[in-house]
Amino acid sequence: MKIAVCIKRTPDSETRFRINASGSAIDESGVKFDMDDFASYAVEVALQMKEKAGSGEVVVLAVGPDTVQETLRKAMSMGVDRAIQLKADATPFDGLAIAKALAAEFRTGGFDLMLFGKHAFDTSEGVVGTATAELLDVACVTAASKLEIANGKGSARRELEGAAEMVEFSLPAVVTIDEGIARPRYPSLKGIMAAKKKPLESKPAQLGTPRVTVKNMALPPDRPPGRIVGEGTGAVAELVKLLQTEAKVL
Amino acid sequence: MANILVFAETRGVVLRKVATEAVSLGRRLADASGGGEVHALIAGPPGTAQKSDVLGRFGADVVLAVEHQGLATFARESIAATIAARAKSGEYRAIVLGFSAQGRDLGPRLAAKLDAPLVSDIIDVELTGDSATVKHPGYANKVIITLVVTGSPIVLSIRPSAFGAAEALRTARVESIAPAIDPATSRVKVTQVIEGSKGRPDLADAPVIVAGGRGLKAPENFKLVEDLADAFGNAAVGATRAVTDEGWRPHADQIGQTGRQVSPQLYVAVGISGAIQHLAGMRTSKTIVAINKDKEAPIFKVADYGIVGDVLEVVPALTKAVREAKQGH
Ligand SMILES: Cc1cc2nc3c(=O)[nH]c(=O)nc-3n(C[C@H](O)[C@H](O)[C@H](O)COP(=O)(O)OP(=O)(O)OC[C@H]3O[C@@H](n4cnc5c(N)ncnc54)[C@H](O)[C@@H]3O)c2cc1C
Ligand SMILES: Nc1ncnc2c1ncn2[C@@H]1O[C@H](COP(=O)(O)O)[C@@H](O)[C@H]1O
Repeated sequence: MKIAVCIKRTPDSETRFRINASGSAIDESGVKFDMDDFASYAVEVALQMKEKAGSGEVVVLAVGPDTVQETLRKAMSMGVDRAIQLKADATPFDGLAIAKALAAEFRTGGFDLMLFGKHAFDTSEGVVGTATAELLDVACVTAASKLEIANGKGSARRELEGAAEMVEFSLPAVVTIDEGIARPRYPSLKGIMAAKKKPLESKPAQLGTPRVTVKNMALPPDRPPGRIVGEGTGAVAELVKLLQTEAKVL
Repeated sequence: MANILVFAETRGVVLRKVATEAVSLGRRLADASGGGEVHALIAGPPGTAQKSDVLGRFGADVVLAVEHQGLATFARESIAATIAARAKSGEYRAIVLGFSAQGRDLGPRLAAKLDAPLVSDIIDVELTGDSATVKHPGYANKVIITLVVTGSPIVLSIRPSAFGAAEALRTARVESIAPAIDPATSRVKVTQVIEGSKGRPDLADAPVIVAGGRGLKAPENFKLVEDLADAFGNAAVGATRAVTDEGWRPHADQIGQTGRQVSPQLYVAVGISGAIQHLAGMRTSKTIVAINKDKEAPIFKVADYGIVGDVLEVVPALTKAVREAKQGH
C-alpha cells in the first residue's frame, strides 16, 4: 500500500503567544515549531500500517517555505520513506488554497490512502484534508478515531456528539485523524541518521488564490483572578453558597 | 438583499441545537443585508419535514426538505451534493452550517464543490457587499483571528453556542426536494451508530460539566465524578488526556486542545492540574471550580473558586451539599 501523509509545521502548543508589530501574525521570536499534533498522529498511523503489512511506502508532504524541510526530515526520522515539499513563499491561511496544491500533486501520485490531521494547531480550521478529497473526488472520512484497512477496503469510527458512527469506505481515500488512534513515536538516533540520506524533493506549489486572509490577531481577555475558598471538606458549604448567590449557577 | 442557505442538521429525525443557531444567524445576516430570504435545508428519513415549524420559528422563510430512507444516518456525499446543487441554482450570499461532526465534514466538501471560500468554527461574522469579516479562534483558542474573506457565496460553519438562537417568528413555506445523488451510491457507508452514555447531555450542550483528572487516582473513583454530575442533574462528564490515555474514560470525553472544546455555565475540575492544553478546551467556561490538593496547581489561576483538598474527601461532601441545595434545604 502506498500511503501519503500531509503534515504542517506549527508552533509548539506550550507557547505563550504574543502578537507581532504588524498586528496580523504571532510573534515568532523564541517560539519552537514542530509537526502539528494531529498530523503527527497520522504519521504514526501510516507507519504502523506499513509495519503491519510488512511492505508499502509512506510519503510525507508539506506545503510551505523551506522551514518545512525540518518537519519533513523529522517525519523521515520517525520512519517515513521520502518527502515532498510543495514550495511556497509563505503558507496561506486559506485551507482551500492549500488543498488545491496538494490535490494537484496527488492527481499523479497513485496513493491508496492520503492521511491528514483533523485540524492544524495554528489555523484550527479542519479544512485541508476533506477539501483535498473532494477536489480529487475520492472517498473521505473526516475525523476518524479508529481506522483499519483490509482487503482493499477501509473501516473507521467517528465520534459524533454523544454518539459514534462506524463507516466503511472504498479506496483510494482521504482520512483525517482524530484523537484516540495513536501517539507519535520519538525518532531514534538511528532514524535521525537514516533520515539525512532519505530523498526530499522540492517543487513549486500550485496554490489556489487565497480568498481567506488574516486581518488581525488578538489575545483573548484574561480571566479575572479567582480565589481559594478554603481547604478540605470544611470549604464545601461556602463554595455551594457562592455558586448559589454569586455565580448563580446552582 | 442577501439570501442565505442554511443546513439545519438532524440526527435521525431530531433537530440538533446548532441547527436552530445556524438558522437564527442566517436570519440575522439576511436582515442586516436589507431583507433577504433564509432557506433552511433539512435532510433525513421520511418524517423529518415535521421539523419545519421549528425552523420557521427561528427565522426560516423556506424549508427545503430532503426526505429519503437512505438519509436516516449521515449520508455525507449525498447531502453535500444536494446542498451544492441547491447553492448553484439559487443566488445565495452565504451557506451557514454548524461546526459539528457533520458540519466539519460538509463545510470543506461544499467549499471545494462550489469553489467557495470557507471559514470554520466562527464566533462572529459581518457581511459587506462581496467581502466578509469573520472572527475565529485559532492556536487552540489562544488567539482570536479576524479574517477578511472575498467571494460569494461564503461557506461558514459556526461554533456551537457562540451565536445563540433567537426566535423570529415566521411560517416557513415547505418545498420538498430530492437528494442530488442516491445515498445508496456513497463511497462511505454507515454500518452502525453507537449511542452514547444513557441520559447524560453531550459535552457541547450541558450547562454543567464535571471533569476528572489523574488526581482521581483510579478509574473506579470516576464514580465520584459521576455522582457529582448526577447531583447537578444536567451535567456531562469530561476528562483530561492523562485519563483518556490511561483508558479510564473514552477519548470522546477528553476536553482540551486535541479533545472537545467546551464552554458550559459551570465547569468543575476534579483532580486536574490545569495544563495549557487542557485549559485550551475549557477556559471560556462561565464559572470554573477547581478541587486539587496542590495549592500551586495552575488550574487555580483560571478557577473562580478553588478548594485545596483531597478529591476523595471533598467531592463526596460537595455531592451531598449540591443535592441538598437542589432540594432547597
Ligand atoms: C500535543 C498535546 C496535546 C494535548 N491535548 C490535551 C487535551 O486535549 N486535553 C488534556 O486534558 N490534556 C492534553 N494534553 C496533556 C496535558 O499536557 C496534560 O498532561 C494533562 O492535561 C494532564 O492531565 P491531569 O491534569 O489529569 O493530570 P496531572 O497533570 O497529572 O494532574 C493531576 C492533578 O491532580 C492533583 N491530585 C493528585 N492527587 C490528588 C488528590 N487526592 N486530591 C486532589 N488532587 C489531587 C495533582 O496535584 C495534580 O495537579 C496534551 C498534551 C500535548 C503535548
Ligand atoms: N501547509 C500544509 N502542508 C501540508 N499539510 C497541511 C498543510 N496545512 C494543513 N495540512 C494538513 O491538513 C490538516 C488540517 O489543517 P487545517 O485544515 O488547516 O486545519 C493538518 O493537520 C495537516 O495534516
